[in-house]
Amino acid sequence: MPDTLPTQQPHISQLHMRGMVKRFPGVLAVNNVDFSVEAVNGRGEIHALLGENGAGKSTLMKILYGLYRADGGSIHVDESLLTLRSPQDAIGRGIGMIHQHFMLVPSLTVAENIALGMKSTRGALLDLNRVRSRVAELSERYHLRVDPDVPIWQLAVGEQQRVEIVRALYKGAALLILDEPTAVLTPGEVDDFFRVLRQMRDDGHLLVFISHKLHEVLAISDRITVLRDGQRVDTIPTSAASKLVLAQMMVGRPVVLEYDRPPCTPGAEKLRLEKVNALNDRGAKGLSDVSLTVCAGEIVGVAGVSGNGQHELAQTIAGLRPCIGGSITANGQNITNKSPRVLHHCGMAYIPEERMIDGVIKDFSVAENLILHDHARPQYARGGLFMRFRRITAASQQAIRDYEIKTPGTETPIKSLSGGNIQKLILARELGRKPQVLIAAQPTRGVDIGATEYIHQRLLEERAKGTAILLISEDLDEILALSDRVIVMYEGRIIGEMPRENVDIRQLGALMAGAQ
Amino acid sequence: MIEEIFTASVFASTLRLATPYIFAAVGETFSQKSGVLNLGLEGVMLMGAFAAFYTVYATGSVIIGLLAALIVGALMGLATAFISVTLQAEQGISGIGIYLFGLGMSELLFVRLIGTPVSIDGFPRLYIPGFSDIPVIGEIFFNHNLLVYAAFLLVPIAAFILNRTTFGLMIRAVGQNPEAADAMGVNVARVRYMTVIIAGTLAGLAGASLSIALLNVFQQNLTSGLGFIAVALVYFGRWTPLGVLLGSLLFSFVNALQLQIGSIGVNIPSEFAVMAPYVITIIALVFASKRAEKPTALTKPFRRGD
Repeated sequence: MPDTLPTQQPHISQLHMRGMVKRFPGVLAVNNVDFSVEAVNGRGEIHALLGENGAGKSTLMKILYGLYRADGGSIHVDESLLTLRSPQDAIGRGIGMIHQHFMLVPSLTVAENIALGMKSTRGALLDLNRVRSRVAELSERYHLRVDPDVPIWQLAVGEQQRVEIVRALYKGAALLILDEPTAVLTPGEVDDFFRVLRQMRDDGHLLVFISHKLHEVLAISDRITVLRDGQRVDTIPTSAASKLVLAQMMVGRPVVLEYDRPPCTPGAEKLRLEKVNALNDRGAKGLSDVSLTVCAGEIVGVAGVSGNGQHELAQTIAGLRPCIGGSITANGQNITNKSPRVLHHCGMAYIPEERMIDGVIKDFSVAENLILHDHARPQYARGGLFMRFRRITAASQQAIRDYEIKTPGTETPIKSLSGGNIQKLILARELGRKPQVLIAAQPTRGVDIGATEYIHQRLLEERAKGTAILLISEDLDEILALSDRVIVMYEGRIIGEMPRENVDIRQLGALMAGAQ
Repeated sequence: MIEEIFTASVFASTLRLATPYIFAAVGETFSQKSGVLNLGLEGVMLMGAFAAFYTVYATGSVIIGLLAALIVGALMGLATAFISVTLQAEQGISGIGIYLFGLGMSELLFVRLIGTPVSIDGFPRLYIPGFSDIPVIGEIFFNHNLLVYAAFLLVPIAAFILNRTTFGLMIRAVGQNPEAADAMGVNVARVRYMTVIIAGTLAGLAGASLSIALLNVFQQNLTSGLGFIAVALVYFGRWTPLGVLLGSLLFSFVNALQLQIGSIGVNIPSEFAVMAPYVITIIALVFASKRAEKPTALTKPFRRGD
C-alpha cells in the first residue's frame, strides 16, 4: 500500500507490456499485444488506446491494473519485471486507473473514499484531517475543485470524476489509466478535463487514454495504439494520424463518417408531448413540464449529459414510467399512461436504452426475441395459443438476412450475440412492424462502428419513409449526424431547441451544462 | 394497575433481556454492513449457549464457559464465511442451513452429554458498593451480571470501530460497493471473513449470556427465535449500533412487560411479544427513509470481473 507521505511516491519513466495474452472462455480477448508508455526528459506521455467495443482495450488495461491476470506476456517498469496479483500491487507501483463506471462508494464522503485502502498515519484510526489538507493541495495545483466532506451520492458525474482524479493523484499514481473518461462530460467540461491531463503530463505523469472517440484522441494524445479483435493494428504518432485513417484501422475497412442526409420535409405531427412530468427512480422529479413535437419524416434529437432526464423521457413516452402530469399524443390518440400494448397498436416502436434489460430476454433465442410482441398473433400462433414454429423460423431467417444479423442460427440464445447484432435484432423487430413513431434511446451505445453505421443508415431510411423519429442520445456526434432539430435537456427540462443547421457546438455545450 | 406493571424490576429485566439481542444484533451489524446477511445467527447462538453451558457444567468455571462460547461462535462464523464468501452460496438459504444445523446439533449434544434438565451456577450478579444500594436506580442499573455491562459497553465500541477506524471504513465500503473497494486495493473477501467471524463470535456470546448468565439452564431450542429477531433488529436499527441498541431495548421492554403482566394475573399469549419485533420492524421498514443506509451489496457475493 502506498504511504500517504508524498516524498515516497513512486516514479515511472517507462512501462512496457510485451506479448500480452488474455483468454476468456471461448474468446481470445487480448492476443499477443505490445504496448508502452514512456516519459522523455521529464515530460510524460499521453498514449491513446483506440478501438471498438470488444477490441480488448479495457481488458489490456485491467491486466495492467491487476484486475485480470494475463495468460501470457510480461510487464516491465523501468526495466524491472512487474508481477501483478491484485490492484494493490499495481497501486503500490504507482499505477492508477479511473474506470468507466466510477469506483466510488456513494454513501461515503469524498475524504472517506480517498482514505479507503490507504495506510493511515494514525495506525488503525482514520486520519481524515490529513486527507483533507492533501486534497486541498492537489485541488489547488490541478484546479480540481472538490469538497472533501460531501457524500459522493450528492455529486454530479463531472464532480465524481474530479474526485477520481484527485484520488489517483493522492495515491501517487505515476501512470494513470483513464477508461473512456469523457463519456460523462459536456464539451465544455471535456476542455477543462483535457487541460488537467496536459498539466499532469507536463509534470511527468504517464497517461493511458482509452477511447473510441476519434476527435478526442486526436486532440489529447501524443501517440495512438489501435486495437482490433484483441490484436494491435499499429502504434502511430498522433501527428501522423487523421480521423479517416484511424477509423479504417479500427474497423478494418473504409468507413463512412458522414451521411447523405436529404433535406427534411416534415409532414403531419405524429408525436406530441405537452407539459409532461414524471418521477425518477429515486422518487424525485425526473421530468418537469417537457413539451415537444415530432413530425412525420423528421428526426428530432434530444441531447444532454447523462442523467438529465433522457432515461425518464424515453420510458415515459414508451409507457414504462407513469406520467404524473401533462399529456402524450401519438398518431392523434391520447396515449398518456397507456400500456405498451396500446402504444404498439398506435404505431409506436421503441428501441430501449438498456437493451439487455428492456430490449431482449437474455436467455431466449433469436427467434423468440424477434416475436416478443407478436407471439400471440395469428401469423405466429394458431388461435393465439399454439405456436407455429415453422413460420416463426422462416420469419426469423428473413429478418436475419434483411438486417444483416450475424448469428449461428435462429435458435442461438441472444446473450451470445455481440451488442451490435442484438441491436440490429431489436431494430428488425421494431421496424418490421412499420411504425409511424419511433423512439430510439441510445441506439448505438456500446455498438461497434460497423453496426453503428448500419443502424444510422436504417434510421435515415425510416425518416425517408415518413416515420417520426425521436432520437435520444448522449453521443453528440450521433445527434448532429442524424437530427433535423436538436433539443437540449438539462435537469429534467428542455432548455433549448434549434434546427440542425443553426447548431453552434459551443453554445450547445453551454446549454448541456445548464447555461440558459 | 399502572404501578403494578411499570415496576423497577420490569426496567431491570428490560436491561437483562436486552443483553442477548445486543450481542447478536451488533455482531450481525458488522456482517450486514460488509454485505453478508448472516441469517443463521439463531443456530450459532444455540451452539454458543450449549458450549458455554456444558463447559460450566463440566468445569464449574464461567470464564472457561464464556471462552468456549466465543470459540464455538467464531468457528461457526468461519463456517458461515466459507459458505457465503468463498463458496458464494445464496445467503438466505445457507443461513437457514446454519440455523437448522445449530438447532439439531445443540439438541443432540445436550441429549448425549447431559440428558436431563439441570441448572448451573452462572455469572453472579455484581455487587457494586455504593451504587447497587441506591433505591430504584440501583435495582435498575447496578444489579446485573458482568455480561449485561459488557453488552452495553459493546455498543459505543462497535460504533467507534465502524465510523472511526480504517477497518470500519473498509467494512462500509465493501458493503456498499465491493467493486470500488477491490479497485482501491481492499481485500473484499478478507474483510467479509472478519466481519462474519465477528458476528459468529458475538452470537456465541449472546448464546452464553442466555445459558450461563440470564437463565442458567439449557434446553432444546433455548433461544426460540431470538436470533431471528436480532437479524430483524439490524434492519430496524438502520445498520447502526445505536439504532440496534434502541431496538433491543424496545423489544426486551415489550418482553419484560409481557412477563410482568402475566405474573400479575393478566394473561396475554407470549406469542404476541415474539411477534411484536417483526410487526414493528415491518412497519419501521415501510416508513423508513429510502436513503443510502442499507448496504447495497447486502446478500450479493463478490467476484472480481463480474
